[in-house]
Amino acid sequence: MKIKRLLIANRGEIAVRIIRAAKALGIHTIQAHSEADADMLAVKLADEAICIGPAPSRESYLDIQKVVSAAQGTGADAVHPGYGFLSESPAFARALESAGIIYVGPSADTIERMGDKVAARIAAEAAGVPVVPGSKGRIASVDEAAAVATEIGYPVMIKAAAGGDGRGIRIANDEAALRKLAPMAQSEAEAAFGDGGLYLERAVQSPRHIEVQILGDGSDAIHCYERECSLQRRRQKVWEEAGAVCLDDETRESLCASAVALAKSVQYRGAGTLEYLYDEARNEFYFIEMNTRIQVEHPISEMITGVDLVQEMIRVCAGEPLQYSQSDIKATGHAIEVRICAEDPFMQFLPFPGKVQTLIEPTGDGIRFDHFLYEGYQIPPFYDSLLGKLIVHADTRAAAIDKLREALRDLRLEGLKTTAPLHLALADDPDVQVGAFHTQWLEPWLDAGNLAATAKGDAA
Amino acid sequence: MAQIQSPLPGTFYRQPSPEEPPFKSAGDAVAVGDTIGLIEVMKTFIQVNAEDPGTFKAYVAEDGAPVMAGDVLAELDG
Repeated sequence: MKIKRLLIANRGEIAVRIIRAAKALGIHTIQAHSEADADMLAVKLADEAICIGPAPSRESYLDIQKVVSAAQGTGADAVHPGYGFLSESPAFARALESAGIIYVGPSADTIERMGDKVAARIAAEAAGVPVVPGSKGRIASVDEAAAVATEIGYPVMIKAAAGGDGRGIRIANDEAALRKLAPMAQSEAEAAFGDGGLYLERAVQSPRHIEVQILGDGSDAIHCYERECSLQRRRQKVWEEAGAVCLDDETRESLCASAVALAKSVQYRGAGTLEYLYDEARNEFYFIEMNTRIQVEHPISEMITGVDLVQEMIRVCAGEPLQYSQSDIKATGHAIEVRICAEDPFMQFLPFPGKVQTLIEPTGDGIRFDHFLYEGYQIPPFYDSLLGKLIVHADTRAAAIDKLREALRDLRLEGLKTTAPLHLALADDPDVQVGAFHTQWLEPWLDAGNLAATAKGDAA
Repeated sequence: MAQIQSPLPGTFYRQPSPEEPPFKSAGDAVAVGDTIGLIEVMKTFIQVNAEDPGTFKAYVAEDGAPVMAGDVLAELDG
């Protein structure tokens, strides 16, 4: 192993996860932390620790110079970025490259290319990966828009060609609506960007969010099957599954093959995820973006395949070849992960950074709880609310839901308010039990008072 | 003299956004429910609202400072 000393440039549960993986590989671990995180679990578990700045992330975990200096000062030969913070920053990867330190992830150029939505879409199309059907380029007239919309199929989204981030998007269900909305979109785009050019894309109705886990060593790449993450609130995933039971085997194979094709075409190194929208009615999937890092929900893929993704990404980034070929990867059973957040689901998900008074972890075959808690730990208010992830694995999806319900009941986190009651209510919901949901399902379900209707206070 | 305390631990901000002036200045009238600052807690912004009426005297907590629940953020006269 070329990596001997690994700096972990992250916090919370993923820092704990990375330390465990690195120790299993015999690597000396160095935990970077802010002043507010001096007592976090990862600091206690690491072989050494270094403070990189005050509580605010921009003065610590997001400060490239401070993290690079910490790596140099501690003699680290590699840095693991985790997720969030600097994990998708080409500038960070480049700064480490020029300091002669290994970045546990893909090259800065790959991060930059796949982080740009337009460049990623072009790379996907070049690799033969389906993308959401849309106009080839800028559309200048309403007649042209109507012709293109007929080709890609209604409903269509009308966007400003010069815009971004989804502002001012309009949806037309038919040509009459398009002819009414397109001129409005044009004049708005003209006013906002000085360019009235439009872009059309098919509006995928009630899509499911499906993603494929890939691993690459810079020349070869494999997949570790797919995950479904359709249960979302405010675009944040809440409950994730591996595999996606809505897919037939043929669609699953072509989805996963498309992800491998794209990973190989960009000589991907490390662990990565390709995210897709799945249109169940048409049985079609469309690539939307790639995350060039480890993801929060990676454990469910580990549970069904037996691959340790974090160890494997460290190995390949140390220059070793993948130790698996695709035929070695078999998916067994079904896994579910739920995110346990320090939020009160009965109070509009108000953050609740309390102190852990009692911690009793659920245990048993096929049960895993990835977290960074210990009794007496005061959750700092400065970072996100994820406390941990409860992961279960069983032979079937129905058995996994039963196991999840039991594990949620066994989990005791006193002194905190958490989202555990939400997950118990979801486990009991008939739609969830048959897998009948999509990305627009959870928010209306919450708005309709389904959670409030469940008994309060009997959950962890 | 009334004090306005932080309802939650987090980071205190005197302004609605970095480009805007502070919510209140010395001498401003404060009505019950007026927002005097924001607390950022776990990436969520919570408004701090006055529970008593009065005249704004001064901020006590620095802008952008970490605060604990119960820390005094501002003082009112009257």
